[in-house]
Parts: sequence; C-alpha cells; structure tokens
Amino acid sequence: MRVALFVTCLVDALFPDVGKSTVRLLERLGHEVVVPSAQTCCGQMHINTGYQGQALPIVRNHVAAFEQADVIVAPSGSCAGSVRHQHADVARKGGDEKLAEAAEDTAKRTFELSEFLVDVLKVTDVGAYFPHRVTYHPTCHSLRMLKVQDKPLQLLRAVEGIDLVELPDAETCCGFGGTFALKNSATSTAMLEDKTSAVLSTEADVLTAGDSSCLMHIGGGLSRLRSGTRTLHLAQVLENTR
Amino acid sequence: MTFLGMPAGGGNLTGTPFPKAARGALGDDQLRRNLAKATSTIRTKRASVVGELPDWAELRLAGAAIKDEVLANLDEYLVRFEEALTSRGTHVHWARDAEEANRIITDLVKATGTREVIKVKSMATVEIGLNEALADAGVHAVETDLAELIVQLGNDKSSHILVPAIHRNRTEIRDVFRREMAGVDPDLTDDPRALAEAARKHLRQKFMTVDVAISGANFGVAETGALVVVESEGNGRMCLTLPRTLISVVGIEKLVPSWRDLEVFMQLLPRSSTGERMNPYTSVWTGPTEGQTSHVVLVDNGRTATLADPDGRAALRCIRCSACLNSCPVYERTGGHAYGSTYPGPIGAVLSPQLTGVDKNPTLPFASSLCGVCYDVCPVAIDIPSMLVHLRSRVTESKRATPESTAMRAVGWVMSDSRRWSRLIRLGKFGRLASRHVPLPGWSSARDLPLPPKQTFRDWWESR
Ligand code: SF4
Repeated sequence: MRVALFVTCLVDALFPDVGKSTVRLLERLGHEVVVPSAQTCCGQMHINTGYQGQALPIVRNHVAAFEQADVIVAPSGSCAGSVRHQHADVARKGGDEKLAEAAEDTAKRTFELSEFLVDVLKVTDVGAYFPHRVTYHPTCHSLRMLKVQDKPLQLLRAVEGIDLVELPDAETCCGFGGTFALKNSATSTAMLEDKTSAVLSTEADVLTAGDSSCLMHIGGGLSRLRSGTRTLHLAQVLENTR
Repeated sequence: MTFLGMPAGGGNLTGTPFPKAARGALGDDQLRRNLAKATSTIRTKRASVVGELPDWAELRLAGAAIKDEVLANLDEYLVRFEEALTSRGTHVHWARDAEEANRIITDLVKATGTREVIKVKSMATVEIGLNEALADAGVHAVETDLAELIVQLGNDKSSHILVPAIHRNRTEIRDVFRREMAGVDPDLTDDPRALAEAARKHLRQKFMTVDVAISGANFGVAETGALVVVESEGNGRMCLTLPRTLISVVGIEKLVPSWRDLEVFMQLLPRSSTGERMNPYTSVWTGPTEGQTSHVVLVDNGRTATLADPDGRAALRCIRCSACLNSCPVYERTGGHAYGSTYPGPIGAVLSPQLTGVDKNPTLPFASSLCGVCYDVCPVAIDIPSMLVHLRSRVTESKRATPESTAMRAVGWVMSDSRRWSRLIRLGKFGRLASRHVPLPGWSSARDLPLPPKQTFRDWWESR
C-alpha cells in the first residue's frame, strides 16, 4: 500500500526519530511511504487555544497537501483527532463549505498509527523485539477522541521480549493539554506529578505512548526528577528488531 | 450571538480568574486529599452502577434528545407549563435576571411577615445569590440539605454542585458544628452518625417552626405543571409539605415535556450523581397542598442568551448530576472554589461564561486540558470539550490584539505554507526557542524541554 505520512509539526521539528521509526516500520511491513512536502501542521494548537480563524489557512494547507493520498497515517492520536473531529468544523465556521467537504474526505482517509496497523493492515505482530520493561500511557485524544481502545496494547503485547507492565490510573490525563500547560501551569504541574509518580511506581525502563506531545511533557517531568525512565513513542518501540 | 435585550446572568457566577484561584487551592494539601478521596470513591461507584445498565448508551441519547426538544421549543413549553401551574392555583413569576428574581422572592417572603425561611437545596438560588439578598432584607435563610448546611454554618462557599462541602472532611465538619450550631453537644465527635444526628436535631426544630420554604426543582413537567425534587436525606420533603408558603425557584431550562419523559432522567440522574441505582427521596407536586400558598419563579439569568448560540446551547441540557466534576482531573486538584462560580468543574467552565457573557468569565473556557473524560461520563452527552474550544474562540475574538494573538498569527502564517515552515525549523529557530536555555514560563518550572535535534525530519527524508 502507498501510505502518505502525516509527520506532524512536533515530530518534524523536535522528534524526527519518531518519524524515522514510523517510516522504517511501515516499509518493513512492505508498504511504500510518501511524505507530501507541502504539509506543515494540523493547526490544533490554534484551534484549541481559540484561534479558529487563524487555523483556517493551516487547515486549507493540510487538506491540499494530502489531496492525492489514498491513506494518511500520523504517529499522533491528537493530530489525527484534530483532522478527524475539528477540521471540517473550522472550515465551516470560516464559511468555506467546499473546504469543509474536502476536510471530511481527508478525515476519512486519516488514521493514527495503531489504528492503521490493527484496523487497516490487520496486523498486531509487527515482528518487533524490545527486551525491556515498558509501561503504556493511553493519551486522552487517542483514548477518547479516536477511541483507539486497546490497539496499542495489542501491538505491544505481540512484541518479542517485552515486559509490559500496567500503568496505575493510566487513563487519567497527564496534564499537558497544549497551551493548558502554560496557561494553567500550576494545575498542569499537579497533574504531571501524579502521572510521573505513577510511571515511577511501575519501575519501567520505558514509558511509551502514541503522542509525542504528551511524551514531551511527561518525559520533561521524568527528566527533571532524574529518573531512569525514558520515554519512547510507540513507533520507536515497534520499529526495533532483533 | 447575543441579541440586545437578552438579559445577562448575574449573581454568583463570576470570581477570581481561574489560574490564580487554582494556585491557592493547589497549595492546600488537606483540600487536595479530601477531594481526591471523595471523587475517586464516587467515580468507582458511578462506573459500577452505570455498567449495570446494558442500554446506558441509548438512555443517554434519549436524555439528550428530550432536552434538545425542550430547548428547541422552549417558548411553547414554558407557556404550557405556566398554564398548567396557574390552573392548579400556583402563582407564576418571571425573572429576567438574578436581581429581578431576588426582588420577587424577597417581596413574597416579606409579605408573609417572617424573619426566617427554610430552604431545600437549590442551585438556582445559590446562582442568583438569594441567601445574601434575603439577609439584606433582614430574613435568615436556613439550609436544610446537610452539606449545604455545613457550608452555611462554616461561612464557606459551596465547591461542588451535589456535595457542596466535598472539600471538608469529618473533623473539619465537627469543628464547624461545635462552633456554630446553637445548643450542640460540646463533646460532639466526628462520627458520621453523630454529625447527622446533631444536624437533624438542629433542623427538626426549624421544620416545626418556620412557615415559609424555598425550593428549587430538578425537573418541571410542562404537560402537568408538576415540579420534581430529587434528594437523599428527606429534609426536602419536610420543607415542601409543612410550611404554609412554598416558593420554588426554577431555571427556565429545567422542563421536560411530559411525565413519561421523567423515566429516562430518573435512571440517568442518580446513577450519574451519587452512584446509586435510585435516590432515596423523589418528591413530585402539582400544586399547593391544602392551606398552602405556592409560587414558582421562572429564572432566565443568561439562559436565553445561551440558547441563542447553536454551538453552546447544549450546556442547557445539564441535569446537574456532577459526574463531570467527579471525573475531571482539573477539578480533582483545584476544587470547586477555583472556578469562582456556583457552577464549578467542566460544566461550570462552559455554563458560567455563557450565562454571564464570555467577557465576564474569560479564563474559565481555558480551565481544562481537553482530556474529554467529562463528555464520556455526561448522562446527557454534552460535548464539553468541543464547547470549550468554541468558547475559547469567542474569548479570543472578543479581545484586542495581545502578545499571544500576535504570536499565534505569526506562527499561523508560517504553518500555512510548507516553505516558510521548513525554512523556520531548518534555521533552528523553533529548536532554539524550545531549548533549555530559554525558559518558557510555566513550562520550565516542572519539566525539562527536549533539546532540538540536529536534523529535522524533513531534512532526513530529503537526504535519504
Ligand atoms: S454537564 Fe453532564 S455530567 Fe456535568 S453535571 Fe451536567 S449533566 Fe452531569
């Protein structure tokens, strides 16, 4: 299958390894990966901070960038969620009905990585090998906006050598929330503290999730605590082989 | 969109900006422990009783549909309701806002000559600030709901719509009782039963002597003019039947079309709120009992204005169950006072700004990480996260240029074109901005930032 990678702005600029792992993983599974160069960002930060008007050209750019793609895969639950649940609305509110329809069409072709692997490709064993103690945080947008359910866990369970441990209160938000972490930093920090202590209680070597943004936040907290737990995106765990 | 002439909501709907109020609460360890314990207990109970109903999803949609139908034809339902009430001898009053409602109620109370009224727990009266208005008129209002009484005696503010004293533990409650309750046993312990008994004694004397009662209503049935109060302690029932004058204060969104519709809500509400299959007491009355005078005050206070916004009106479906509060990670850490309004938690964050106008509550729509758990648990399926996003837009649009809006505009300009975007990240500006050496206020207080990579994904892809 020819897969268009929606790499997301955060991965492009700050976490290129997540993008590389996603490419390698998809290629290993026998698919052709293309990266439409016109892409930038889904505009979620603008939308969620109350700048829908300014998100409109970003949405327009995104829709145009992926117009030709048969199937679009993003290593991010929240960006896939934004495409799926916010883009058409932004276009409609901006008075562009044609764009709204095109955005609905893009939404239908867009998948978060674990959804794509499990629902579209119908694989759970991607042939990965990762001999470490790992715990998984189901990020809010993957969990509730996209309802990925236990797809990431199905993939992780099939990894050879993995010691998968359950994260206490896993479904509680880590407190990132985009600009929420800045606007309500004290509250966000209180939420982060509970999340990092839950992570530490698992004694995992690696915390994994399907969103680089949440991992950046939790990883930032773990690093401040000088804890030995690393954060790795789901794609990075799944890319590993013997 | 607000039309001229639509009354804006007043009363207890505005307070200190959320981030500031939250900081105070976050520093209070006792409060955080009380909240975490109470909310986690009730979350577990709710989940288990909701899980028992195989048709929960359908019930929830039915609840939403009934409420939407009422909201879409509210004018007609209200007239029908008024006619039904009047035909059975209840006097109906209409109040545009908090001030008018308080004036109507105060006048009614004063006309009876009483200096004291007993109250059934009612959010609407807290919203409009009725107790304060009555006090100004020399009338003392006695709360009969146990938790509301604790708040009142402690000279405190409610911090939860169902459990107003959720932020207090037993020892704190005992201290309030010992200090404030006339004639209480000075050796009162913090045993829940002893506390309840002390309250009961205190209240019984009021039930027997006070002649005017003020209630709210969980539902009003348009077809028959029935009012419904759902409660756990039975004190409400005492208030509704004994006094000679009964004044009920009802938000105009509280209607359901017919008696049959209640069936849906009587399944949704108790399970969502207290985690019980059914609440202990449900009182329904369709008019005054013999020898009683009854009044209903229908309150707008910003509801019509809320109704006028197609993207915000679903907030009026709310049946005040408090499931969204109990599941919200922000509420759990900050408590209800941080929201500065009668309505805290996720529903407060969307309802209060709409009732008052967003300019009076500009920080509330941002008091959420948009984790979405409130939507999942809401028994009438209010999509609170999407509504928050919508209201955030209304806040930013109502403001003039700010440093934030300028930055957003600049970033937006870059992100709407891939050449600009790749040039920016190649320059490493994004990376440098994000590096540890430039502190990002609020962020670097608790978390390290990742170091920017040497090569962007884009560069790697092209070099491949
Ligand atoms: S918004 Fe929904 S969950 Fe929250 S109090 Fe209202 S009905 Fe309950």
